[in-house]
Amino acid sequence: MTPPDAAACPVVALVSSGHHPVSGRPGRAREDARAVEMGLTLAGARLQLVHAGNAEEPALRDYLGMYHGLDDSAAQGELALLPMTTADDAVPLLATWLANSGCRLVLAGQRAECGEGSGLLPYLLAERLGWTIVSGAATIERVGADRVTLLQVLPQGQRRRLEVSLPCLITVDALAPPPRQSAFGPARRGRIHVVDGLTAEEDSASGEWRWQPARARPKRLKVVKSGNARDRFRAAAAKSSAAGGQVLTDLTPEQAADRLIAYLREEKILNDEMP
Amino acid sequence: MNVRRIDPHAERIRRNRLHPRYQEFMHPAWRWTGPNGVTRIDPHAIGAVGPNGIRRIDRSGAVVEAQPPTSSPIESGPSRRMVVIDDPAGFVMVVPECPEGRLSDHDRDLLGLARQLADGQSLAVTAVTFQGAVAGLEDAGADRWIDLSACVEGDCYDPESRLAALLSVETAMTPRHWLFADSFPGGGDLGRRLAARLSRSSSHGANARAATRVWQIAEGLGLSRAGGRQDIQRELPLILLALPECAEPVSETRHEARPISIDAAGSMTSDMTAVGVVDLGRVAVDPQQIPLAQAPFILSAGRGIGDWAGFHHAAEVLGASEGASRVAVDDGNMPRTRQVGATGTFVSASCYIAVGISGAVQHLQGIAKCQRVVAINRDPGCDMVKRADLALIADGDAVLAAVCARLGKPMADVPATESRGERYHDAA
Repeated sequence: MTPPDAAACPVVALVSSGHHPVSGRPGRAREDARAVEMGLTLAGARLQLVHAGNAEEPALRDYLGMYHGLDDSAAQGELALLPMTTADDAVPLLATWLANSGCRLVLAGQRAECGEGSGLLPYLLAERLGWTIVSGAATIERVGADRVTLLQVLPQGQRRRLEVSLPCLITVDALAPPPRQSAFGPARRGRIHVVDGLTAEEDSASGEWRWQPARARPKRLKVVKSGNARDRFRAAAAKSSAAGGQVLTDLTPEQAADRLIAYLREEKILNDEMP
Repeated sequence: MNVRRIDPHAERIRRNRLHPRYQEFMHPAWRWTGPNGVTRIDPHAIGAVGPNGIRRIDRSGAVVEAQPPTSSPIESGPSRRMVVIDDPAGFVMVVPECPEGRLSDHDRDLLGLARQLADGQSLAVTAVTFQGAVAGLEDAGADRWIDLSACVEGDCYDPESRLAALLSVETAMTPRHWLFADSFPGGGDLGRRLAARLSRSSSHGANARAATRVWQIAEGLGLSRAGGRQDIQRELPLILLALPECAEPVSETRHEARPISIDAAGSMTSDMTAVGVVDLGRVAVDPQQIPLAQAPFILSAGRGIGDWAGFHHAAEVLGASEGASRVAVDDGNMPRTRQVGATGTFVSASCYIAVGISGAVQHLQGIAKCQRVVAINRDPGCDMVKRADLALIADGDAVLAAVCARLGKPMADVPATESRGERYHDAA
């Protein structure tokens, strides 16, 4: 990775509270922790954390505990806390704070693990600030004066290189490099700075929603719609096999190779540049 | 006194399938006289299987020839009912992802969900595609079809121009709902962008707060999965981002998918002043570094492989991830992490080439989600050949060597110490 010019571009990471996927114990959110890790590799101790919510949240210290192993060994983390309750809307608070902070690169996880968890917040923030937004970053390769080059995660393990204009908001995928451990000492030394002067508004959209414990999703049944008992029986007893497969016998290896290459080209798995 | 007499000679023939008179003894005449002198009839032994696969007993005396069923009645299915909506009361927009240019299962579920919203209110389900003609929209349940391929640049990632095209559709048609597939970086990204943009306009307001990760719609209320093991039940907003298997795909009706043209080009130019995101193209990823469960193209080896160096070379030439059957792993030829099957990894490749694998049940379970399977095997009767879309009955080692030769990189030419890491981005 080229040394990023992070001094010209203060980096901010949005953090939220999460919980362990199995035990449910409160802690760092997985994607947010990856965003903090990415910010620490980019900006070192100059990374600023922001959280909108409750100051007593235990997960915040876990994020501050990640400020170790940096160039400046005496560095300590700093987290700006925008006080609000769970019924309030975080978007106007964060938008006001980000607009005043002068930062140009904001990192966040794709989706929160608690609360609504819709993944809409980065998009609403970017829309309100007029910034560019890119989702699903795996690595940030270079931060220039007005452009960021990054790799975006695609399905099936593929990657795509994007160039994004600053100021921008980048959400980090779960396939980004894993976060460093949270250490006790830096977590104690880190400072939580409560920002005054911002008034939270109640979230009007979510007023009429009904919250309920998550139900297991029903498994899809294979229903055969046929009036014929014989068809229904055959469908129930059928093995899952691709019918109509082509079987080619009596081939020399060269002929078989030709057929295989022709098939792969036809299905666009091999590109045509190869001879 | 009745004594059941056993003919040991006949019993012996019945036990021996290779006996020349086996068929005669195993399938006896359909009518015989029982030990009490009563005439017995075996109804399973008479008649013949007709062309539609059902056994018919013809008592007219005519000779009925047994015919193989011409086509499987399961595949042809009952004919679908045609549904035409001429002047709809409104529109439900569906934006299918169409990876590789065809409708995925997730897209069909989305269209099924759209039908659930549209039926009974005479709304028209409208598919919005960005890549020109997509096959199967009629059967998947689209009444209308809007082609926006003129507004975007082919296959590259340009969410801003796509968003502008969707906004022009929104202003032209004011649909009742928008449906997206909730997956990154496809429909989930585009749907959230549209939701964020529409939340600024006063006409939508709170209604534009999208429902994300919707997995069920019942009685006009949507259930969307939230964080912290909670579900949110709420009225249906303008924009819905739905998970896979959110509804049953359309199976009984056929729709017309009538093309509608939208003048989207006019609104595009005003928004396109500054491009924030530029696509610099795909990055070459080392196929061996991709987790096996996600790998798109797998070359898998079994007991039929003798030349392992040739196999590794062929995987590199083809650009495929390596897989293995359990036998190959147990013999120590491949690492345990590469094992495909019920005790290894369940793979979901779009193309899976099985070389020298006969197809144990556990292995076939592991490749159940693969879209295309190619088998190279010497045994034409093995289960993998039955499962495969293309089966080549030949020796695996020789075929792989011939493939490498045809692609211009035969095994002999390659120096032993070739560095492979430099061509690829490190994905792991």
